[in-house]
Amino acid sequence: MSTTNEKRQEYRALFKNNVKKRLLVDKIVHIIIFAFVIIAIIPLGSILVEVFKNGITAISYEFLTATPGSIGSGDGGIGPAIQGTLIIIGLASLIGVPIGVMSGIFLSEYGDNRLARNVRFFNDVFMEFPSIVLGIFAFLVIVLILGHFSVWAGAFALALIMFPIVARTTEESLKMVPITYREAGTALGLKKWVITFRIVISAAKSGMITGILLSVSRIGGETAPLIMTILGSSQFFSGLDVPMDALPLRIWRLSLLPYESSQLQGWGAALVLIFIIIGINMAIRYHFANGNGIITRLIKQGVRTKR
Amino acid sequence: MEKNPDAYRKQSVRSDKIFKLAATIAGSFVLVIIALMIFQLISESYPIWESEGLSFIIGTDWNAVEGRESFGALPYIAGTLVTAALAMGIGVPLSIGIAMFISDAPAKIGGPLGFLVELLAAVPSIIYGLWGLLVFRLYFQDWVEKPLHDLFGDSIFLFSGTPFGLDIITASVILAIMIIPTVSSVSREIMKAVPQQQREAAYMLGATKWEMFKLAVFPYSKTGLIGASILGLGRAVGETMAVTMLIGNATGISAFPSSFFKPSQTMSSIIANEFVEASPASLHLPALIGVALILLLIAIVINVIAHLLVTRMMKIKEGAINN
Repeated sequence: MSTTNEKRQEYRALFKNNVKKRLLVDKIVHIIIFAFVIIAIIPLGSILVEVFKNGITAISYEFLTATPGSIGSGDGGIGPAIQGTLIIIGLASLIGVPIGVMSGIFLSEYGDNRLARNVRFFNDVFMEFPSIVLGIFAFLVIVLILGHFSVWAGAFALALIMFPIVARTTEESLKMVPITYREAGTALGLKKWVITFRIVISAAKSGMITGILLSVSRIGGETAPLIMTILGSSQFFSGLDVPMDALPLRIWRLSLLPYESSQLQGWGAALVLIFIIIGINMAIRYHFANGNGIITRLIKQGVRTKR
Repeated sequence: MEKNPDAYRKQSVRSDKIFKLAATIAGSFVLVIIALMIFQLISESYPIWESEGLSFIIGTDWNAVEGRESFGALPYIAGTLVTAALAMGIGVPLSIGIAMFISDAPAKIGGPLGFLVELLAAVPSIIYGLWGLLVFRLYFQDWVEKPLHDLFGDSIFLFSGTPFGLDIITASVILAIMIIPTVSSVSREIMKAVPQQQREAAYMLGATKWEMFKLAVFPYSKTGLIGASILGLGRAVGETMAVTMLIGNATGISAFPSSFFKPSQTMSSIIANEFVEASPASLHLPALIGVALILLLIAIVINVIAHLLVTRMMKIKEGAINN
């Protein structure tokens, strides 16, 4: 009898030790994970604070509108860069959005075959292509053939980044439109393209706009493909077949200069850029992103490459 | 206006055919572009393969001076793989930790936190570069690199070199920060796909929270988590601007990554640095295009693997729900 009691005590001690150890491990893991979260938040906080703190001192009316002054002088501004970013976003959208939307229509309305499955897969893979390679492609097919750096080449490269995003978000939004809408259209004797453009797209508009804005916020910060296409310049826009400036390029140039005043201007340009991009992003999030579709996913994962 | 129904039907069929054709062409655009891109890169980089052959991949010389041209991309390939792997080593545990925290936290904390982490994804690469160059580098140099160098610099080769801040480890840490949003949000999605019953069963057996993750969540989501990490690796491989600004831009054999504290070069950064100066007449441009081709092939392989793994995981999820 006594032996059993002793055994029981022993087991109880073992059990207690075991639970204690497990709880301790659990606690340690909790602390580690909490530390991970803090570690990940610090850079974001630091980036936003530094960009704002340093950028705000550089911002003035002259800074936002003037052409860059002589190197290292700290004079001048980023007017051409802001103008260039807006122009290149507009041109890239002009090329990328129609292709993206049509391709989205293909995936959603005619998307039940092998070709469409391949297209979908390669679309997803294409989205992750290094953007600098897309820039080189634009360089090879446009700059090299025309013989000079041009705005068109940059717009083409950015359109390549844009259209798979637009295609996938369009597909997803069109798929959310109930099939009964299409059937109603067919019952009225409408043609398929009329149904698609007049009924389905107007029902799916907000999702598609989200996708387009998302791709705009992504290409707005893209630098690498612009290096070998629009090259950069310090003059205001003067034509589509000459080099042009853009905000990310200007930030790059400014940050590499060893002068304090240039770096300050770099921060100012970064503030403008981040303001545009985070602004678009927040607006989309606030208005459209609720659900589990690809749009929400893309916002969350950040459609950047790497870019 | 009266229309003959037959004629109307015919016309309707024709316009629909055109519509379908247009949609199909737009859809196939991506396939055409990919094929054309690979073809262009191969044909434009052909001179370098012709003159250097295999030594373009395994060589370490990089000299663009006319008359003494010799190009070997091995240091840059190694630089890309090393920085991306280091970034993955740092970023993936962090991301999975964050995903665990958010998937387990009450919505009041998890929601805003997830939002903050995802905001990291919206910040453009160039701004990471700017911040890394002008802010992060200085702190990292004083607080991490110098102490490590003083402690191990003489004994362990990994910590030799001069801790100047423009080196492999700084670039890798920035890359790690940049892949956190991607990896953590995909992992979160994947952990969400684990059926609630699995978790409850683990709790019912008396598991602590950590044991629950170990018993129920990880075995179930292993494939997807690996896929998510590889997706992060793909992003890290293709990343250009932030790395270009932080890696120190060495060339040739000195760019070969042999220590954390050594300037190096990745495939994307050598392109960003030298592309505009390269003359199309010399071998320099074909060499850079060859580097781009290698980069693209590596990125394609990584991303195809990642997508297959993640989609497979999501399919399992759908299957689980249907059952």
